[in-house]
Amino acid sequence: MTSIINILVNGLILGGIYALTSVGLSMQYGVARIFNIAHGEFIMVGAFITWMLYTSFGINPLLCLVVAGPVLFILGFIVHRYLFKTLKDKTPVPTAFEGNSMLLAFGILFIIQSLGIYLWGTQIKGYSFMAYSIYLGGIRFSANRMLILFFAVFLCVLFYLFLTRTRPGKAIRAAAQDPEAASLMGVDINKMLALCFALGAMMAGFAGVLLSMAYQLQTNMGLPYTIIAIIVVVLGGLGSIPGSMLGGFILGIIGSIVNTIDPGLTLAAYYLLFMILLLVRPSGILGR
Amino acid sequence: MQILQVEGLTKNFGGLAAVSEVDFHVEEGEILGLIGPNGAGKTTTFNLIAGTYEPNSGKILFNGENLAGKKPNVICQKGLARTFQNVKVFPDMDVFQNVLLGAFFGTPEKKSRSQAKSEVEEILDFIGLSDRTDMVAGSMTLVNQKRVEVARALATKPKLLLLDELMAGLNPTEVGESMELVKRIQKKGITVIMIEHVMKAIMNICKRIIVLHHGQKIAEGTPEEISTSKTVIEVYLGE
Amino acid sequence: MNWKTIKYNRYLYPALYILIIVLFIAIPYITAPYTIILLSSIFMYISLTLSWTLFSGPTGYTSLATAAFFGLGLYMAGILGDSVPLIVAVICGGLISFILAFIIGAITLRLRGIYFTIFTFGLVELIKHLMLWWEINIVGVRGRFVPRADNATVFYILLAILAALLLTTYFLKSSRYGMALSSIGSNEEAAIHIGINVVNLKIITFASSAFFIGLTGTIMATRWSYIDPYIAFDPFYSFLPPLMAIFGGLGNLFGPLLGAAVFSYLQETLITRFPYSYMLIFGLIMVITILYLPNGLIGLYQTIRQRFIGGKHADTSS
Ligand SMILES: Nc1ncnc2c1ncn2[C@@H]1O[C@H](COP(=O)(O)OP(=O)(O)O)[C@@H](O)[C@H]1O
Ligand SMILES: [Mg+2]
Repeated sequence: MTSIINILVNGLILGGIYALTSVGLSMQYGVARIFNIAHGEFIMVGAFITWMLYTSFGINPLLCLVVAGPVLFILGFIVHRYLFKTLKDKTPVPTAFEGNSMLLAFGILFIIQSLGIYLWGTQIKGYSFMAYSIYLGGIRFSANRMLILFFAVFLCVLFYLFLTRTRPGKAIRAAAQDPEAASLMGVDINKMLALCFALGAMMAGFAGVLLSMAYQLQTNMGLPYTIIAIIVVVLGGLGSIPGSMLGGFILGIIGSIVNTIDPGLTLAAYYLLFMILLLVRPSGILGR
Repeated sequence: MQILQVEGLTKNFGGLAAVSEVDFHVEEGEILGLIGPNGAGKTTTFNLIAGTYEPNSGKILFNGENLAGKKPNVICQKGLARTFQNVKVFPDMDVFQNVLLGAFFGTPEKKSRSQAKSEVEEILDFIGLSDRTDMVAGSMTLVNQKRVEVARALATKPKLLLLDELMAGLNPTEVGESMELVKRIQKKGITVIMIEHVMKAIMNICKRIIVLHHGQKIAEGTPEEISTSKTVIEVYLGE
Repeated sequence: MNWKTIKYNRYLYPALYILIIVLFIAIPYITAPYTIILLSSIFMYISLTLSWTLFSGPTGYTSLATAAFFGLGLYMAGILGDSVPLIVAVICGGLISFILAFIIGAITLRLRGIYFTIFTFGLVELIKHLMLWWEINIVGVRGRFVPRADNATVFYILLAILAALLLTTYFLKSSRYGMALSSIGSNEEAAIHIGINVVNLKIITFASSAFFIGLTGTIMATRWSYIDPYIAFDPFYSFLPPLMAIFGGLGNLFGPLLGAAVFSYLQETLITRFPYSYMLIFGLIMVITILYLPNGLIGLYQTIRQRFIGGKHADTSS
């Protein structure tokens, strides 16, 4: 019984991180049609900003959320404004844009990662924060991971509320559903797309901040997170934000189960699930 | 002789019955008209006959052989060709290449390059595009793109040709030319089913017309019968 | 495309090719080992790029599976080792990739656009992790050592692969099947309705492209001498071919060839001279290529030529 609860809670923690790393990617694809392979690099930057602030100035990692978030937002905005928008102007055919934007993102991945190496080197980094155990009902949990779960869920919910309840959020969703109608209604599409990409980068940054509290950091950590985010996004349905959240938790729990059987097979299981899903139901669980 | 018999043809998209329980037949050598308001299920009917979609139920007997469930390329090689409502030429290829592909792949036997080329030249001559063979198809006017599509379909040596709104978007002169073209195709011995909104064209060319509405066949008859039918008039006025 | 120049090409190009081939065959006798090694690396990239272009160029299905087939080829060398002659190992590497691609193609080629692309991307990762698990838990090794082959042998085999690949590409491009492949990229629905067996054509071309990638993998393993799943199934090798092809220009047979040659030469020299800035430069080239050279080097050349000679072929670019 305890072991089942353990598996479940570990799955939820993993799932929280997966959900948080995926919502941004999902929105970037759903609205801006950018399949952002560089998503994980934004996570990496968020994580290293936190590491720097904590180890050099002793700033509480949770406070770093309000630093890393805006930094990544601005970075994302610039990347879209100067790179993806240029590409979009030059590639009017949507399918060609999707393919090329992925290659462009791959180039951006290399640039960000190599700049990261200049700044932070290639060594594994980490710090300890709230690295103690708490007992709930006689079961042991690590405090920082519970904190991560809490904030991941909190930020996801906040993000969802932003999209569904606020004016800019609604404009983004309108733009996603029908760009032409939205632009007729006076929505500045280009600004909207940049905003949306920037928000995606910000969510990645948040994920990085949280991750850094309990996991090791390295400047090449981005791609594995991107890949997991891709799996989650496809699982939930490309472009569906609630789908990504749900998909994150489902994948987290599956991961936690496989992990107890044979940790070496966790990633293989993800890909297997992912590929079967693509074949059987490419639109994902909550896709159209 | 009936070249095509359609029995109980049905196609659902989710909850929507795009085509339901449609029966009709086509006589060899005739031009059959298929009309109905937008969304009536005309294009879907073509898609089912040509193999784009598999029907949920029903039979499509072409020269006695059931086509339901067969792949479009197989159906094409059996002698059933089509054009598309929203033109689908190969935009980055020239006119000659567009039609050449039809000649190469549209028939089951493998023919030599020189034979295929001479067939293409003949067809382009027939259609009236001989002077534009090396124009890039995507850069042509709508009427010419439609002609390229017809030429490409003819290159597959069809016995039955499905034309989906050939005249839509054309000016009156072009409509007249297209009507002539359809008649000349019939003279070659090719049977035609045409979907058309241009009533003048359809009343003029077809001896027999079928009317679809909400996926069902609501009328069938000569142009005179159709143009005086109460049900048909109601459907069109109700639009 | 250009019907008038065909007659002229018929005599000029074969002569040119024979000259080039003779020149290449002579290379190991007349140059320093470093040059042979450098050329072999460049050949590898050209071969990967041309293989990728064979399928993805005309059809527009962006495959990111190159690393999977390349890795299988590499592993074939690691598994067979010294037990068979090198040539046999290389052919086995090609065949295993062909078979896998055939199966994958049969089940996935109905996926279109981005779905096909991410599926192929996932394939690389799946094979990597299955391989990792298998090697560690079943075989009990982390990586494998591959017996080395001498530089000239590697060079000649790569040269032969490249020649076969160029011939295949050339004959495919000028055949009715090459046209049919392009028609799939242009409008797949129209293609299938004029009698083209789109499914078979895609599967066979995809598998053939994987065959050449596998061949290249096996021969390259003898140069690397050590492989493990992370080295063998590195997604980098999936992204390089499309990039190099676009860098050269996809619209033309020589575009990908030129792109891969120039790019890989730059890469090989950059890696040794600026090991740390290499990734940055690579990323910058990638970004600049995609944003400002949509038709690649060939396109750039054509625009420049048009500027000076005048816009005679103004309507051929699209
Ligand atoms: N691929 C499809 N998926 C879902 N619905 C479709 C599809 N194709 C057609 N429909 C629907 O089927 C109905 C009939 O469409 P169609 O056959 O194109 O009509 P028309 O008579 O104007 O050619 C329409 O309501 C259309 O929206
Ligand atoms: Mg229609």
